[in-house]
Amino acid sequence: MSKGRFGIHGGQYIPETLMNAVIELEKAYDFYKSNPDFNRELTALLNEYAGRPSRLYYAEKMTRDLGGAKIYLKREDLNHTGSHKINNVLGQALLAKKMGKTRLIAETGAGQHGVATATAAALMGMACVVFMGEEDTRRQALNVYRMRLLGAEVIPVTTGTATLKDAVSEAMREWTRRIDDTHYCLGSVMGPHPFPTIVRDFQSVISRETKAQMLEKEGRLPDAVIACVGGGSNAIGSFYHFIPDKSVRLIGCEAAGRGVDTFETAATIATGREGIFHGMKSYFCQDKFGQIAPVYSISAGLDYPGIGPEHAYLHDTGRAEYVPVTDEDAVSAFEYLSRTEGIIPAIESAHAVAYAIKLAPTMEKEQIIAVTISGRGDKDVAAIARYRGEDLHE
Amino acid sequence: MSNIASAFANGKAFIPFVTCGDPDLETTAALVRTMAEAGADLIELGIPFSDPTAEGPVIQGANMRALAGGVTTDKIFDMVRDLRRDITVPMVFMTYANVVFTYGTERFVSVCRDIGMDGLILPDLPFEEKDEFAPVCRAYGIDIISLVAPTSADRIAMIAREAEGFLYVVSSLGVTGTRSEITTDLASIIRVVRENTSIPCAIGFGISTPEQARKMAALSDGVIVGSAIVRLVEQYGREAVPYVREYVAEMKTVVMQCR
Repeated sequence: MSKGRFGIHGGQYIPETLMNAVIELEKAYDFYKSNPDFNRELTALLNEYAGRPSRLYYAEKMTRDLGGAKIYLKREDLNHTGSHKINNVLGQALLAKKMGKTRLIAETGAGQHGVATATAAALMGMACVVFMGEEDTRRQALNVYRMRLLGAEVIPVTTGTATLKDAVSEAMREWTRRIDDTHYCLGSVMGPHPFPTIVRDFQSVISRETKAQMLEKEGRLPDAVIACVGGGSNAIGSFYHFIPDKSVRLIGCEAAGRGVDTFETAATIATGREGIFHGMKSYFCQDKFGQIAPVYSISAGLDYPGIGPEHAYLHDTGRAEYVPVTDEDAVSAFEYLSRTEGIIPAIESAHAVAYAIKLAPTMEKEQIIAVTISGRGDKDVAAIARYRGEDLHE
Repeated sequence: MSNIASAFANGKAFIPFVTCGDPDLETTAALVRTMAEAGADLIELGIPFSDPTAEGPVIQGANMRALAGGVTTDKIFDMVRDLRRDITVPMVFMTYANVVFTYGTERFVSVCRDIGMDGLILPDLPFEEKDEFAPVCRAYGIDIISLVAPTSADRIAMIAREAEGFLYVVSSLGVTGTRSEITTDLASIIRVVRENTSIPCAIGFGISTPEQARKMAALSDGVIVGSAIVRLVEQYGREAVPYVREYVAEMKTVVMQCR
C-alpha cells in the first residue's frame, strides 16, 4: 500500500508528471515540521498577522434560547481574511518559500481559500493564480474582487459544472504544466498525499486552542465538537486534538443542499460511495459507472462531491459522525446566529450552527458543545438575500 | 508474444486514440475500423470520464460530448465485443482509475479479457499505486501501461523495470493537447528506459504533425496521437471517418519510414 493512508483511504492517485513534486513536498514538510525556526516563524505569522489564537466565545443568549447544552463558538471568523483558511495557507506559503518556489496556485470555492492564498502571496512577495468555478465567481463576486485587489490573477473555470471540483481539476492541470517555480497551495484536507496530512496539521491549531481554552473556562472537555465539512479542513482542524478523547462526540455537517433524497445535494457521506478521484481514495458522489456527480449546495465552499480521506476513515471507524444539513436549515441558522448573537457566520459555518441548534436542546444543561465558526458571512449576504427573494445591488 | 508486442513487431508503430462515444458509438466503431485499415498498429480507446484531470481542452470536450450522448462503460464493452469479431489490431483502454474501481476492478478487467482488450492506461495511476489494479490485471492477462514523464528523473529506471506491454513516454509537461514544439530531452529519458527494459516505448502528448511524428519515431518505437484525431472528430462529427483515415494513413507512412 502506498503512502498517506487513513485506513484504506488516501494515497497518491495522480499523473506521473506530478509524482516528484509531491515527493519533494513531502520531504520538505518532513524536514520543516519539526524545525524550530520554521515553527517560530509560522507561529509569529499566525499570532501577529492572522490574529491567533482565535476566541472561544460562550454564546450565552443562544444557550439560554435553546435551553440545553452550553454552546461555545470557536471564532475562526475573526482571523485575518475572515476564515480558518489562513491557518493552512500561511503554513504552506512559508513552506513553499523555503522550498524556493516563487508562485502559488490555488483552487477556491467560496473564495475564502483564494483570498487567503492571495493574501499570503502578497505578504511573502509571491505570484498568485487562483482557479475558481465560473458559477462561483458569480455567487462570490466580492471575493473575486478581493483577490484581484491583493494582486492575484483569478481564472474562471468553465469546464464541467464550473464549481469547486472543476477548480481543483484545473489547478491540478496547471500544476502539471508548471512545477519548477510553482507550489499548489491546496485548500482542504484532500488530494494526494502529503496534502491531507499537511493541511490537517496546519489546521489542527483550531482544536489545540479549543481544548486549552475549554479547560481554562470550564475545567473540562466539551461533550461535542461540531464543524461543517466540504473537503473537511476546518472540521479536521476542529476534531484533531479531540480524536483520542473518546468522550467527545465529533460531528461533521455536510451540505445536503435541497435534501439527501434529491439530486441537488453535496452530502458525500450520506449519498456517496468509495472511489478514487482528485488524487485520493475516499467517498465520492458518483454514478454506478464512476462518473462524478454534479453536486449542489447553496454554499460554494461545501459544494464538492468528495470528502477528505481522514474523514472517510473517521466515518468508517465510527469515531466521527457526519450529518446532512439542508440549504433551508443552514439559511435559518445564518439568520438565527446573526439575530441572537450578533455574529454573521459564513453560510458554510451556518451548516454547523444549524446542527447545534437541533442538538443542544436534546442535551443536559451541564453539557457543552463547541461549534466552529469557520468563517464570517459578509461574502454571503447578497446570496442569502437572493434566497429570501430580495435582490441586493451594491 | 503478447498482442501488444505484435504492434511493434513490424517497425515503428503508429498509435491513434479516440474517445468512445464522441459523437456516438457507431461513429467510434467506424473510426476504429478505418484506423485499423489505414495502418494503425495499436488503438487506444478512451472511456470518457466526467473529470479527466490529465486532459487538455480538446479531449475534455470529447469526454463531455460522449457522456452527454449517454455512453457508458457497458455500451463501450458491447461495441468492442462487436468489433473484435473481425478487428485484430491490438487495443487498449485509456480511462481514469475511478471508472475501473467503481465498476469493480475484477469485473472490469475480466470483461476486458473476454472482449479482447489487451491493456489499460490509467493516467492517474502512478507507480506507487499500481497494486490497486496490477494483481487483477496480471491474473487476466491485461497489461497495465506505465507512463514516464519529463519530470520522472530518478523514477524512470524503477518504472521501466516493471513496465508491461509498452512504456508510454509523456513528451511534455502539462496535459494532453497539441503543441507547436516539444522541448523535453527525450533522448536521455529513452536511454534510461532502454537500459532498464526491453519492452517497446512510444511517445505521446502534443504530437500532431508528420514532422513531429518523424522526430519522435526516430527516438522511440512508436508515436501516440490523440488530440489531433479527436479534433477531426470534433470538427466533422459523424462525417469524420474519411478525414481520420487520411490523417492516420499519412502519419503511419511517416512513422514507418523511420528506422
